[in-house]
Amino acid sequence: MTAEFAIDVRDLHKRYGDRKVVDGLTLAVPAGEICGFLGANGSGKTTTIRMLCGLIKPDGGGGTCLGLDIVRSAPLIRRQIGYMTQRFSFYDDLTVFENLDFVGAVYELVNRHQAVRAIIERMGLADRSDQLAGQLSGGWKQRLALAACVLHEPKLLLLDEPTAGVDAKARREFWDLIHDMAGEGITVLVSTHYMDEAERCGRIVYLSDGKIVVQGSPDAVARGSGLVTYEATGADLDIAARKLRLMAGVEAAAVFGSALRIAGMDRAALDRAIASPDGGGALAWHEAVPQLEDVFIHLLSQPAKGAS
Amino acid sequence: MNGFSFRRFLAVLRKEWIQVRRDLFTLQMIIALPVLQLFLFGYAINSDPKHLPTGLLSADHSKYERTLVAAMQNTGYYDIRSLASEAEAERGLADGELLFVVNIPPNFDRSVDRGEQPTILMDADATDPSTIGNAAAALASLTGTLDRDLPQAVQSRPANLPFLFELHARYNPEQLTVLNIVPGLICIVLTISTLFVTTLSITRETERGTMENLLAMPVRPIEVMLAKVVPYIAIGYAQVILIIAIAAAVFGLPVRGSILLLTLALGLFIASNLALGLTFSTIARNQMQAIQMAQFTLLPSFLLSGFMFPFKGMPVWAQWAGELFPVTHALRIVRGVLLKGNGLAEIAPELWPIIAFTLVIAAIATWCYRETLD
Repeated sequence: MTAEFAIDVRDLHKRYGDRKVVDGLTLAVPAGEICGFLGANGSGKTTTIRMLCGLIKPDGGGGTCLGLDIVRSAPLIRRQIGYMTQRFSFYDDLTVFENLDFVGAVYELVNRHQAVRAIIERMGLADRSDQLAGQLSGGWKQRLALAACVLHEPKLLLLDEPTAGVDAKARREFWDLIHDMAGEGITVLVSTHYMDEAERCGRIVYLSDGKIVVQGSPDAVARGSGLVTYEATGADLDIAARKLRLMAGVEAAAVFGSALRIAGMDRAALDRAIASPDGGGALAWHEAVPQLEDVFIHLLSQPAKGAS
Repeated sequence: MNGFSFRRFLAVLRKEWIQVRRDLFTLQMIIALPVLQLFLFGYAINSDPKHLPTGLLSADHSKYERTLVAAMQNTGYYDIRSLASEAEAERGLADGELLFVVNIPPNFDRSVDRGEQPTILMDADATDPSTIGNAAAALASLTGTLDRDLPQAVQSRPANLPFLFELHARYNPEQLTVLNIVPGLICIVLTISTLFVTTLSITRETERGTMENLLAMPVRPIEVMLAKVVPYIAIGYAQVILIIAIAAAVFGLPVRGSILLLTLALGLFIASNLALGLTFSTIARNQMQAIQMAQFTLLPSFLLSGFMFPFKGMPVWAQWAGELFPVTHALRIVRGVLLKGNGLAEIAPELWPIIAFTLVIAAIATWCYRETLD
């Protein structure tokens, strides 16, 4: 089918028992894009990723991955994608080199040793190539997993919460690598809970109860949310935040350093809340641009639309 | 401050109870295992087996012979049927259809009447000494059976019995229990090293999440399975050779049949274990369940196969259950080839049940098996 979309699936459904895990998901990701997959735990991100690489058969719907049918051509798709599982799933009792060598062998790479040495070099794993994978710290394990995913030079990377539990520096470096690869033309679908990571994506897709609630570039999602945010500075911000959270129309109130930030969909109600002596009356307020994080907190606190 | 808190205790207890209730599999095992043991030990395990198949070879079916045969039947140990020829007797003993053959000498009645003290030869299959022990011991009580019919002159006197039994313990003349244990040991060890270990090593992948990774790569599950299995086949054969070598060197285990035949037949047995292990690993969600399932198989392998207790001593239903397990047949094959020098023709009846078992289980494994995570 069309090769301009690395992922092109329509109306995917998957249920486990009575629970609809993925409920009519339609997604098109252009080749070369970094697409961020966001949503609460259990919103269907992992299930969707597994369907894309053929590990789970959809109950309904279908489509293509790299132009190949996700149901019928799963084995062909697997050769051209790199899938990084949420949980570290390489062998603790093998060294970094042995793990990568195993993966290379499974993909039947020609010049396997060369490819393994090259990827070890590129990922900065050289000093640790003889260390057992089980002894690596979280950040290095993620790097090993990423190395194993890209060893066979896939066209599409499916990364399922690759940076969960990894420190900020390691996350930053990990994302630099992802951007490097996207620059080489690889399409990346990455699920995450981190806002800074979402902001580095070309497009974000927000899932709730197996459905896409909102998608677009990070800027567009933030601006298109219709959310109103105010910021204030002053004294006793924590006390003010606690009071404001109880007031009508205030969906979120949180202190960031020296500023208190509140958000809500109803401007009139927010105006009343910040003017009220019981709320934010003692503080100096100004309107702020909604951030991606405000939008996600808002989305996460919404009861699922259409869910029974 | 850190003393026992009853409320903490109750909280843990409640949590454990919920977990037990949700883990139906363990619950079923917890119940089924003792019940099974109870039945096995209560009914099936019989170290005093009766109704042993016995053949009768007799030149002339005489009056004393009829009395004697009736008396033997009455001990409860012997189920006697007449045989046409020595060849039939030999065949019966070799393929395990007969455990005893009674040879009544020609002109038995006349010899007895004359006080010549004729000898009745009892051929016994002694590969499993515990099976025939009590039955053979019961023969001693039979020498007075003919007393009522005998002429006054030869009435039984303590020092001068009218006739004698001579037990001919075949295949295992010294009735060494070790010769019986070795074939059983071979089968059990093979079960452990093939069924157990492969089941565990496959389930470990599922449990650690590495199976998802494997499935996402081009490698086919069947490749994974086979690759896991092969080392254990090699280990299994090495174990067999070691056991036979030690048994031959230390205990004087005879190797009467073809080792090549034994190796090939054991290959079938290994295949049956692997098929079962594969099925278990497609069902078990974690290593704990896999261990439980494998143990569930091991128990009847020990108890119903004739390894620990005489097969003929079990009630018919237990024998039928025992016949289902490949280990029962493998045990007979190993005994037959090693101790009796059986060839392909003799062990063929034990081969096809293993093949049938393997095919059925492999079909189930294929049916249960998914290449996806569903």
